[in-house]
Amino acid sequence: MDKNYLKLVIVGHVDHGKSTLIGRLLVDTGSMPQSKIDEVKTVCESLGRPFEFAYLMDYMEEEREKKITIDTAQIFFKTELRDYVIIDAPGHKEFLKNMITGSAQAEGAILIVDANEGIKEQTKRHAYILSLLGLKQIVVVINKMDLVNYKETRFEEIKKELLNHLTAVNLTPKYIIPISASQGDNIANKSEHINWYSGPTVLQALDLFQPMVASENLPLRFPIQDVYNFDNQTILAGQIESGAITVGQEIIWLPSGQKTKVKAVTKWLPTVPGGGQDLKESTAGHNIGLIITDDLKLTRGEVACPLEQAPKTVTQFKARMFWMSAAGIKTDEKFLLKCATQEVTAKIGNINKVLNSSSLETIAGQTDEIKETEVAEVEILTEQPILVEDYNFIPELGRFVIIKSEDIAAGGIVTK
Amino acid sequence: MDHLDQLENKSIYIIREAYYQYKNMAMLWSIGKDSTSLLWLVRKAFNGHVPFPVIHIDTTFKFPEMYEFRDKYAKEWGLNLIVAKNEDAINRGISYATHDAFTCAHELKTVALQQTMAKLGFKALLLGIRRDEHGIRAKERVFSPRSQDFKWNYQDQPAELWNQYKSKADEETHLRVHPLLHWTELDIWKYVKRENLPVNSLYFAKNGLRYRSLGCKPITNPMKSEADTVDKIIEELAVTKEAERSGRAMDKEQMYTMQKLRSLGYM
Repeated sequence: MDKNYLKLVIVGHVDHGKSTLIGRLLVDTGSMPQSKIDEVKTVCESLGRPFEFAYLMDYMEEEREKKITIDTAQIFFKTELRDYVIIDAPGHKEFLKNMITGSAQAEGAILIVDANEGIKEQTKRHAYILSLLGLKQIVVVINKMDLVNYKETRFEEIKKELLNHLTAVNLTPKYIIPISASQGDNIANKSEHINWYSGPTVLQALDLFQPMVASENLPLRFPIQDVYNFDNQTILAGQIESGAITVGQEIIWLPSGQKTKVKAVTKWLPTVPGGGQDLKESTAGHNIGLIITDDLKLTRGEVACPLEQAPKTVTQFKARMFWMSAAGIKTDEKFLLKCATQEVTAKIGNINKVLNSSSLETIAGQTDEIKETEVAEVEILTEQPILVEDYNFIPELGRFVIIKSEDIAAGGIVTK
Repeated sequence: MDHLDQLENKSIYIIREAYYQYKNMAMLWSIGKDSTSLLWLVRKAFNGHVPFPVIHIDTTFKFPEMYEFRDKYAKEWGLNLIVAKNEDAINRGISYATHDAFTCAHELKTVALQQTMAKLGFKALLLGIRRDEHGIRAKERVFSPRSQDFKWNYQDQPAELWNQYKSKADEETHLRVHPLLHWTELDIWKYVKRENLPVNSLYFAKNGLRYRSLGCKPITNPMKSEADTVDKIIEELAVTKEAERSGRAMDKEQMYTMQKLRSLGYM
């Protein structure tokens, strides 16, 4: 049995030490090939700088010259318990899009705060983004404790202020750990300098995270990704987003409302003669080929649901959105909205509230526009019916993106 | 669902997504373990079919074993194989004996691909690169646009959220699609074992040496190894401190070589 990888994102304000912490984790767990460490040593020497853990992640020339992380990157490390994918997220406000790209893939997060500088704009913003993305497993590390002489009072001060903000954005950290990434305090090993702290090290805390599980026990949602005609058969290809699908099951396709039965659930196995493998049942997370008993007109975006207790499609719903693109959006401006494989033309009918995503303050008087980095509570109107779910019920159909100028400009969570 | 199932399902989703958006597409097959795994996943995604051409960029400096492997499986799997060569550069005598690795990689690979794209007009390309191979590949997107002159604007990449990727691209660009980005080298070998997937004999140790990563013969060096079976390779990778591409001389020629090559359209 293979150990599953846990996907972990590291977020926080610029220069609070994200890339350094990652470099330290890689080196202290022996996950980094010596040749890559040597390469970074050579680079640092040629630049006349001391060894930079951060360069193990900051691979671009521009990143190393400017000493910043521009883009999100992913790297692998392992503890005795399991393997991890660490996602490094840039701390600058202008790279928020990259931070969100990284965080959306994570199952757990480390929020890092500089003990010397304290809580800053992106500390708060990133915490809020994690919460919006539905990321609940978080560990906070108060970094650079060496710069404040490992003082407990400073740690407690930041902890108190931070907990206020985290409570406001509905996050409960599992642990708050005093560390020094550059000195290696409380990362893989207990710090000798911080005897007033008795909690886990960063590695111990991470090993307590739980991997995300597919939504097998929820009602079936199977959106068609594409329709193939291979070997004289119509195959409805797609990923089961939630629940399970069984041969003989009665299903309804939404939004069209057509009803049918499942004839076969297939996967193709190159090792089986003839290749086809008929399954009796398949569950959330699997990418299958579905064959149905009736000859229906079906295209991408139709979602198979159980005939009993079938959900209803809508043309308007409430959502919380975060805007990532430099160009903002106004109410009544049309855009393409994508939810799973559904695509509809939509617009914002009404903006109830626009928030500064760092301070969480409502932006007074701004009722018809959302700008970069802002979060808004809105009502969305779609031109065609769409099947969406409350994010807390079926997350896979409770999140959507907005496409403007061919790029993803915003993400959103359905609140109904 | 175990780890390999998760990886496989995500890859199949990405492959099908690319094919939905771009019927006019192709995949690059370097004959190595990664792109051979990708080809396997493509067959799984489309019920045993490979519904688009498979391009091998032939620098003419590959190992004889690689050409043999290519021809055997192209036939067995019924591939529409396109062999892309930069004839002009070959005629001008661009070779590892006379030119540096950067020039060879750019001329014999990137330009050869550009010529093929110009001729056949593909709008998307599937590639088997992985994040753990190289620091600059760790920054890639799953759907990654390239401009008409092949440039990768790595400082301003599109957002990707959940399983939503950049879908449409304007006329001038093509999309590089990377269905194996989330796999590691070790994952690939475990998958090779599980699926009983054919891989090139060069990967297995002979006389205490094996190739861990395959490139052009003149600039690819074997590593010391006794691993002559898939199981032994998996054991070896679990403990090795060597980097996968340490036998690839090109990467080390100078600082940021890979970044510069890739920004010009290298794979």
